[in-house]
Amino acid sequence: MAMEKMSLAKALNESLRKALETDPKVLIMGEDVGKLGGVFRITDGLQKDFGEDRVIDTPLAESGIVGTAIGLALRGYRPVVEIQFDGFVFPAYDQIVTQLAKMHARSLGKIKLPVVVRIPYGGGIGAVEHHSESPEALFAHVAGLKVVSPSNASDAYWMMQQAVQSDDPIIFFEPKRRYWDKGELDTESIPGPLHKAAVAREGSDLTLAAYGPMVKVCLEAAAAAQEEGKSLEVLDLRSMSPIDFDAVQTSVEKTGRLVVVHEAPVFYGSGAEIAARITERCFYHLEAPVLRVGGYHVPYPPARLEDEYLPGLDRVLDAVDRSLAY
Amino acid sequence: MTVESTAARKPRRSSKRTSAAKTPQSSEPQLVQLLTPEGERVEHPDYAIDLSGDELRGLYRDMVLTRRFDAEATALQRQGELGLWASLLGQEAAQIGSGRALRDDDYVFPTYREHGVAWCRGVDPTNLLGMFRGVNHGGWDPTTNNFHLYTIVIGSQTLHATGYAMGVAKDGADSAVIAYFGDGASSQGDVAEAFTFSAVYNAPVVFFCQNNQWAISEPTEKQMRVPLYQRAQGFGFPGVRVDGNDVLACLAVTRSALERARRGEGPTLVEAFTYRMGAHTTSDDPTKYRADEERAAWEAKDPILRLRAYLEKQGLADAAFFTALEEESETLGKRVREVVRAMPDPDRLAIFDHAYADGSPLVDEERAQFAAYQASFAEEGN
Repeated sequence: MAMEKMSLAKALNESLRKALETDPKVLIMGEDVGKLGGVFRITDGLQKDFGEDRVIDTPLAESGIVGTAIGLALRGYRPVVEIQFDGFVFPAYDQIVTQLAKMHARSLGKIKLPVVVRIPYGGGIGAVEHHSESPEALFAHVAGLKVVSPSNASDAYWMMQQAVQSDDPIIFFEPKRRYWDKGELDTESIPGPLHKAAVAREGSDLTLAAYGPMVKVCLEAAAAAQEEGKSLEVLDLRSMSPIDFDAVQTSVEKTGRLVVVHEAPVFYGSGAEIAARITERCFYHLEAPVLRVGGYHVPYPPARLEDEYLPGLDRVLDAVDRSLAY
Repeated sequence: MTVESTAARKPRRSSKRTSAAKTPQSSEPQLVQLLTPEGERVEHPDYAIDLSGDELRGLYRDMVLTRRFDAEATALQRQGELGLWASLLGQEAAQIGSGRALRDDDYVFPTYREHGVAWCRGVDPTNLLGMFRGVNHGGWDPTTNNFHLYTIVIGSQTLHATGYAMGVAKDGADSAVIAYFGDGASSQGDVAEAFTFSAVYNAPVVFFCQNNQWAISEPTEKQMRVPLYQRAQGFGFPGVRVDGNDVLACLAVTRSALERARRGEGPTLVEAFTYRMGAHTTSDDPTKYRADEERAAWEAKDPILRLRAYLEKQGLADAAFFTALEEESETLGKRVREVVRAMPDPDRLAIFDHAYADGSPLVDEERAQFAAYQASFAEEGN
């Protein structure tokens, strides 16, 4: 296939289709993933083409979904499970943290659990409570899990391919407000390893590090800053566990300034970890303290206030200005 | 909300159901029994069993050796060789009966107390002790004996068993899966979800609950208002209560449930009504919460004594058999003792070995840091 333009949602759909075609052990499981194709239609048409035995509508019980996926993985299957919304994952949190993350180590490496847990996450779609959260740090903190989030259609396609092939459990956060954003996708050329960051825009004055839905905001911020004569580099981290600190270090050694941006609350967020590591690694390169832009330490607000809560272009540029003022 | 709960509480306080619930045994149906506590064979209309002398002696041997192993492990904990032990004392019939009903290709998901089932699966008993000594979190390969690692968080494994059974069905195999859990775990949401999933997908799984009457210090009244096995009906599959101290009944009932699963008829809940004769674990002190009389009453229903009585009455085992078994028990105890005492601590760098199957740069970095830190002592000549 040559280059094709498609939405991030469609890219995920194509990637799951490809995974089902390639490996008969791949299963799709979740609530409403069958006939409906999922509430975001990510699995649209897959049950029709691969059958109810492989694209499985489950009872509405998240712990049950992940727990049975673990059992299926023990039997040799490679389940890709969908949690319908970010805020619905917590009934499954025990199975994910206590079992999925630890069984490989518990078995001294004898058991492998190639399970992908897909979670549409983040705000910006005017949803009711529990439909806009960014809980990635709660998973990144747990050894045994790997946590990734694509920001564009091409990464959505390829990172899903790589996640399905991984022998480690992957928590796959999908930026739901970017589902309908279109991007170029080449289904024949792998962009790079799953856990490597990518430079989304080159720059020399300051590094913006982000992932998932915030990459677009950072790119817009960099474009706006350019008009003011500031050259911002945008790093798309892609993976929150492990984090490609080498890529961040390389960028910061060039720019001397770092602002980390995510929707998740700043407190104990991935920005804190990046700030600490980069301060250790790049202490003498830093011209300013590492700054963070993210959600506040409050429950996710009602939709009419989410634009105040979510980092937007102006809040990112405000942090950029503060960093450059040092 | 407040009005509702008040209304719900009122009649319960005054009704006779409250007192009935406090003494569940009084109003409950008979359990399946094939061997009485006195060692008399009785028949049951639904569960026939016909075992040879060899098979009966085999079950007896399994129970005796399991109990001996268990006692050795308790002793090793008292001697400081193990950090903890969860004794199965009193539950030998439930475990050996169900364990011997399994085929090699069946798959077992145990809790942390299934030492007798492990024995039936051919897992070397000393392999069970690594996690209790603290040298690993599970020292056997689950696929060698189709015996999954012990699961400590209660109830979680019922979902794994269900998923595994869904996989068995997808593969078109006629194997069955058995999930062990306890009366305490039956209150966990995961168990209810496992019942739902297994029923919906008609998964070939047997839920084997050893109701040993106590969840650490909490009696069954704190877990349930109806007999446990009756729950299955609400999920759409059969439940049966079996005398958990009767190895023959446990064998017959489990066999029947496994056959049902193999025939594609879906899950069964078996409630093995038994008693935890010892403490929950070696960290526990049951004298704080239960009466000696209760234990004494269950002692009279001992699973091993009743089979011995039957073997002797039927002339199926002579003194030489029992003497030889006693010697075998002592040999086992000695071997367990020696193996445990010789069990080495793992290399300190092993901490980093299996966090990830595909590796992780973060773990690699931390391993290197830790190794360098350790090496710094050698350089300093310490």
